[in-house]
Amino acid sequence: MTTLTMTRLDPQSRAARRGMSDISIRNLFIIPTILFLIIFNIFPLLYSLYYSFTDFRASTNAPANWVGLANYRELLNDPFIWTNFTITAKYVIVSVAGQVVVGFGVAMLLNRDIPFKGLITTLLLLPMMLSMAVVGLFWKLLYDPSFGIINYVLGLGRFEWLSDPDMALYAVAITDIWMWSPFVMLLSLAGLSAVPKHLYEAAAIDRAGPLYTFFRITLPLVAPILMIAIIFRTMEAFKTFDIAYIMTSQPTTEMIAIRLYKMAFQEWQTGMSCAFAYIVLIMVVAITNIYVKYLNKVKER
Amino acid sequence: MAAVQTTSERALNKVAIISVLIVTIIFLAPIYWIVSTSFKPRNLATTVPPTIVFEPEISPFVKLTLRRSQLREQPTPEEYAAAPWWERLVFDGGEKIVRSGRGEVQLSGYPSRFVNSLIIAITSTVLAVAMGTFTAYGFSRFKMPGEQDWLFFILSTRMLPPVVVAIPMFLMYRAVGLNDTHVGLIILYTAFNLSFSVWLMKGFIDEIPKEYEEAALVDGYTRMEAFFKVVLPEAATGIAATAVFCFITAWNEYAFALIMTRRDAQTAPPFIPSQVGSGLPDWTVIASGTFLFLLPVAIFTFLLRNHLLRGMSFGAIRK
Repeated sequence: MTTLTMTRLDPQSRAARRGMSDISIRNLFIIPTILFLIIFNIFPLLYSLYYSFTDFRASTNAPANWVGLANYRELLNDPFIWTNFTITAKYVIVSVAGQVVVGFGVAMLLNRDIPFKGLITTLLLLPMMLSMAVVGLFWKLLYDPSFGIINYVLGLGRFEWLSDPDMALYAVAITDIWMWSPFVMLLSLAGLSAVPKHLYEAAAIDRAGPLYTFFRITLPLVAPILMIAIIFRTMEAFKTFDIAYIMTSQPTTEMIAIRLYKMAFQEWQTGMSCAFAYIVLIMVVAITNIYVKYLNKVKER
Repeated sequence: MAAVQTTSERALNKVAIISVLIVTIIFLAPIYWIVSTSFKPRNLATTVPPTIVFEPEISPFVKLTLRRSQLREQPTPEEYAAAPWWERLVFDGGEKIVRSGRGEVQLSGYPSRFVNSLIIAITSTVLAVAMGTFTAYGFSRFKMPGEQDWLFFILSTRMLPPVVVAIPMFLMYRAVGLNDTHVGLIILYTAFNLSFSVWLMKGFIDEIPKEYEEAALVDGYTRMEAFFKVVLPEAATGIAATAVFCFITAWNEYAFALIMTRRDAQTAPPFIPSQVGSGLPDWTVIASGTFLFLLPVAIFTFLLRNHLLRGMSFGAIRK
């Protein structure tokens, strides 16, 4: 990233005397946004940091009692919370891996002479633009064991997708893969189209096999952009709420965000949920850090 | 592609084309199913095996917008004949339209949720894009101590899980009476989209040669005038693309809306699933509501197709 600096105005010029100074324009343009974000993002987080050390329950009028680190201690020793983390990890791995395989695969297919390529690409991108909540709801109809189209087309009879505790998480992941493979595809296509053609020509002259070409030319050159897609999708999958919350209520699909929501707004354990939120927050900031480093790396290329 | 293609390459290309076709069909099938279900009569929505070919009708859309109840007794032939065509469609489905004492039809919950979604998404988009454009210009053109850190801070606010922010916001909103208000959600969505808008707009403004403004400054424009008369028109495409992205995000948002709204300011995403409730849901009505809700996003996706890559990567990857 480069910082652009403009030629300074001649302080004696008419324009400089009439208008505001560059510094005050910069402050006028930037500071309100930063203040706005501090008030509506950082201040609430400080507010909940305080509550995370109390036994406050928002459903009662009882005053909050300071309990120190008790909430954090209890959460980190709670085996059920670790179950939620395990479920989330499993979901992240399945759905991100699925998205990378499908998304990258389709991008490889599209990276050739395909008629109506532009139109097809746009149509394939449609799922990721739609509302996760509403799409998740509709997939319940598609998954229905008796009248769902999925069982009919695949000839699975009365296969239970969402009411089988072992299957539900995968069913949600499949929906997520359907929605977000296009994202991986979009980024992969950008990476693939940036691979210089002469590398392939050179490989062809050397009679390199397709596998060799793929692993030695295509994959290394697409890797940085693919990495961005993977980190971004990992972060989003880690935060998954809408789609899983709408599709099932199985304990086997209770991911961190859902547990957090239930703790805060159904069980009304406000203090405890604030502590939980902080644990999640630290993890998300860590992944975001990695993500931004990669973004800047790719930008510099 | 290479000028000389071997037979095996041509065969490979054919395989690729066929595979792409199959993938496209699989990816579009769920969307087709939503659209087709929204034009089905109720008794065809949940048949075994699923009905694929049928005569489309628009009764789901009538049922979606008007209040209705189960038909206890069949309407008399006179009643049926006197009813307008859309009411007859509802009669045919075994339901009747609820009328007030003066015989006026009443709206169901859906239209007001749809309007709420429009108001909240449009207002928050305008605010986020306006503030974002100013801030992006500030970061793009002037030196700022700790610039990278500020930009990271701005982006990191976007990455926070909604539920994490929602807990304290819910308590604060409750204290000041902003729960279940349009203003409350507009503020949240503006804050959520602002970071995105700054990052995306910064990319667009970085691309505008600063010589344009310098020329304007030499001509006696103030920096402000140069910004409004030179930079903004140049950035128009970028502003439009950013606005569409922000609109789609706000339009689709679910978690904040679920937590912060109950009725008055409820948007469509939490409302549509709440229609399922208990018992047998009328999937044709849910599908028609879903279809209308997804339609603007589908249109925008086509308009935005050349900017999707950029928007999805926060402006980092440009074609």
